[in-house]
Amino acid sequence: MTGVHAQGAGADLPTHMVADMFKPLSRPAEMIHETSLLVLVICAVIFVVVAGLLLYIVVRFRKKATDNTQEPPQIYGSTNIELAWTVIPILITVVLILVTSRTIGEVQNAKLPEDALQIRVVGHQWWWEVHYPQYGIITANEIHIPVSSKDPQKARPTELILQSADVIHSFWVPQLAGKTDLIPNRTNKMWVDPYTIGTYFGNCAEYCGTQHANMLLRVIVDTPENFEKWVANQKAPVPPPQTPQEIEGRRLYYANACVNCHTIGESVSKGIFGPDLTKLMTRQTIGAGVAPLNHENLLSWVRDPQILKVGCLMPNMQLLDNEVEAITAYLETLK
Amino acid sequence: MASETIVDPDFKVPAPERVGEEGKTWSHVIQNLVFTVDHKKLGLMYIGSGLLFFVVAGIMATLIRVQLFFPRSTFLDPDVFNRFFTMHGTAMVFLVGMPMIFGFANYLIPIMIGTRDMAYPRLNAFGFWVFFFSGLLLYFSYFGAPGLYNAGSAPDVGWFAYSPLTAKAFSRGHSTDYWTLSILLGGIGSLATSINILVTTFCLRCKGMTLGRMPLFVWLFVVVAFLVIIALPPLSACQIMLTLDRYLGAKFFDTQAGGDAVLWQHFFWIFGHPEVYILILPGFAIANEIIPVFSRKPIFGYPIMVAATVMIAFISLGVWAHHMFTVGMTSLGNTFFAISTMVIAVPTGIKIFNWLGTMWGGKLHFELPMIFCLAFLFQFLIAGLTGVMLSVVPFDWQLSDSYFVVAHFHYVLIGALLYTLFAGIYYWYPKAFGRMPNRKLGLWHFWLFTIGFHLTFFPQHISGFLGMPRRIFTYEAGRGWEIWNQLSTIGVIIQIPGILFFVFNLIYSYFKGEEAGDDPWDAWTLEWATTSPPPEYNFEKTPEVRSRRPLWDLKHPDDPDWKFE
Repeated sequence: MTGVHAQGAGADLPTHMVADMFKPLSRPAEMIHETSLLVLVICAVIFVVVAGLLLYIVVRFRKKATDNTQEPPQIYGSTNIELAWTVIPILITVVLILVTSRTIGEVQNAKLPEDALQIRVVGHQWWWEVHYPQYGIITANEIHIPVSSKDPQKARPTELILQSADVIHSFWVPQLAGKTDLIPNRTNKMWVDPYTIGTYFGNCAEYCGTQHANMLLRVIVDTPENFEKWVANQKAPVPPPQTPQEIEGRRLYYANACVNCHTIGESVSKGIFGPDLTKLMTRQTIGAGVAPLNHENLLSWVRDPQILKVGCLMPNMQLLDNEVEAITAYLETLK
Repeated sequence: MASETIVDPDFKVPAPERVGEEGKTWSHVIQNLVFTVDHKKLGLMYIGSGLLFFVVAGIMATLIRVQLFFPRSTFLDPDVFNRFFTMHGTAMVFLVGMPMIFGFANYLIPIMIGTRDMAYPRLNAFGFWVFFFSGLLLYFSYFGAPGLYNAGSAPDVGWFAYSPLTAKAFSRGHSTDYWTLSILLGGIGSLATSINILVTTFCLRCKGMTLGRMPLFVWLFVVVAFLVIIALPPLSACQIMLTLDRYLGAKFFDTQAGGDAVLWQHFFWIFGHPEVYILILPGFAIANEIIPVFSRKPIFGYPIMVAATVMIAFISLGVWAHHMFTVGMTSLGNTFFAISTMVIAVPTGIKIFNWLGTMWGGKLHFELPMIFCLAFLFQFLIAGLTGVMLSVVPFDWQLSDSYFVVAHFHYVLIGALLYTLFAGIYYWYPKAFGRMPNRKLGLWHFWLFTIGFHLTFFPQHISGFLGMPRRIFTYEAGRGWEIWNQLSTIGVIIQIPGILFFVFNLIYSYFKGEEAGDDPWDAWTLEWATTSPPPEYNFEKTPEVRSRRPLWDLKHPDDPDWKFE
């Protein structure tokens, strides 16, 4: 699968756009996958047996043209047969219960190393706020994590701490792990442990309002070195705007209501309702994955976010054309 | 001396003029519908209005599928799409499923147990009208809900309306209130009907009909009625709590004031899961009547079938949190609900095997009702097995809220319930209208609908495996979902003519169908002992029964059932 958005950090990585749960690339997803395969096989066998029996009965006992009108023998039941088809399903159920409870324990109660990378993900209508408390980084929608290893000695799992700012959302990147909800007033935890580098795709999986469909997720798994580079870049100060247009753009950004909702580094722009823009241009997409982040789309978004993502909570700021261009030019310096 | 004739031999007592007797003008027809307390008319009205709402909700589903044909399609706005799936789901459960099953119960239970009407005929009419207006109220939201500038019209919070999406902050205007009130109202009607079913079956059975001789159809509806009475109050309670939250400053579900979002889910699903069985047990009930008749054998293991039903109902009250495996319950909680959910597969399996046992050694007549029942068995097998997959918690962590779940419950509600409802309509159509449904039209209906149904819903299992969440109004290209969505939409296009054949058949056969006679299927339960359609009082003389198949005894005096039961 080739990448469709060739910009932003990690854009050169292989992309896993088809999030096939049967191609797991992370330990929890792998454990789920093993259990699921077993269950699928058991269910397939039951299906073949019962559907085959049904087909046999339909063919074997159909009324033939040569039949007389006599009624078949009237059978009312049989305790032994009933017992057999009660006990066999019970045995199958016991097997399923044992397998299920083991995997639940393995995934849910796994002990993570003390120094595991922690990421706090906060769901918003309709985007993801991403905190790295150990590094003091805040970003949005695209989660960068270092690759782990199949070797338990070298494994570097990542813990995700899930919270919500408004309604219920659900974090789902099928190739990395099963989904876990983000619920207001609660903190849920899950973990991922990817084996291979690449960009993994996912969605919000709990209906959360108008733009639920465009609350997309990307997890960018890179080598530990590249991850550290990304961290260093995220923490580095933003270069000041250079051209007159960029400078005018910054003036307009601070003169308008932008600062009420967005944060840019160590400035007076400290709003928390919208995504952090400090390193905006290191991201691949805009509007939580609704479109690739490029000059054209950024212009469109600044002019009227409702064009790309109708119903999103950022209003049209009614800017003039030259203001739109100036602000876009300023935002493009945030990298 | 011959007595003087004081009675004029030509004189006849004039029939008392009764409201609705004529049925000739429109005002008579309407009077007839509005004032009737006859269980048969009410039953048909339930089924008729269920079909009406079915068509409306089906059109919404079609538009949903059209929107999903292409990635990034702009056919529907997101808000319009979100209203459509909310209204589709709510209507299909509360305005189609519930009235259809109550329609069958109303029409058949009194006749099957050999009595003249339900125990409380007026309560019966009340239940119907409350349901009917709850449906109108829900749809009226399109006109009445936008109370604020820019506020939405119809409800758009999903059919299970998870809080806090329903809080004032996130759901402005009155759309959620219409949803809440409509469901609250519908719940009153369902409760009334359920109480009526219980009293009728416990108090009005004809002579000789012990509980052990009741048709399984009636038995299953007794269980359903109990489930409704247990499961609906939590639903009504949380609707009231939500309304208190929205208007009187209560804080049950308002997370911004410290309320609990998960509390709603517990309330809703402690209703919602038994609701699944409230809807599917009537499907089983219909299959229990049809499969034996067209296999020419009695049901295999009657007592076990009753026991399995009661077991399913009992266990279904303890499985609700399997809808919540992703909310972050402890591993112990997850395991408990996984076990209770899996255990329910055992009695359900018993039922499937008993139906197969009924057919084994019989002579299968492939009449329309039987064909639909065979498809039901096949499709319910798939639905049951995908249900087992969803009960495996780790598997559910992937599948929950994905298109796999959409496929699963459509296999339950269409593949199983709707197919048995079709079977039931074809089976009892001659009883209700005195004419046979047209077989050829019925076969067109069956094949088009079945092919369309599988083409629509089978691919959705796969898009679920590929990570497609439900309730998204659009998706980006390249996620591997396009082909599965396109097949799905094509499937709907095939289902539509199937439904048209069905509706046409109902109308055509009413006027042109073959005369049915009292007992066209050579069946065994009491409804076939009276005329088609039955008179208002059902039976001239209350029947007396000695076995589960009174008409078998009548037709085979040399080999009656009561000797063997």
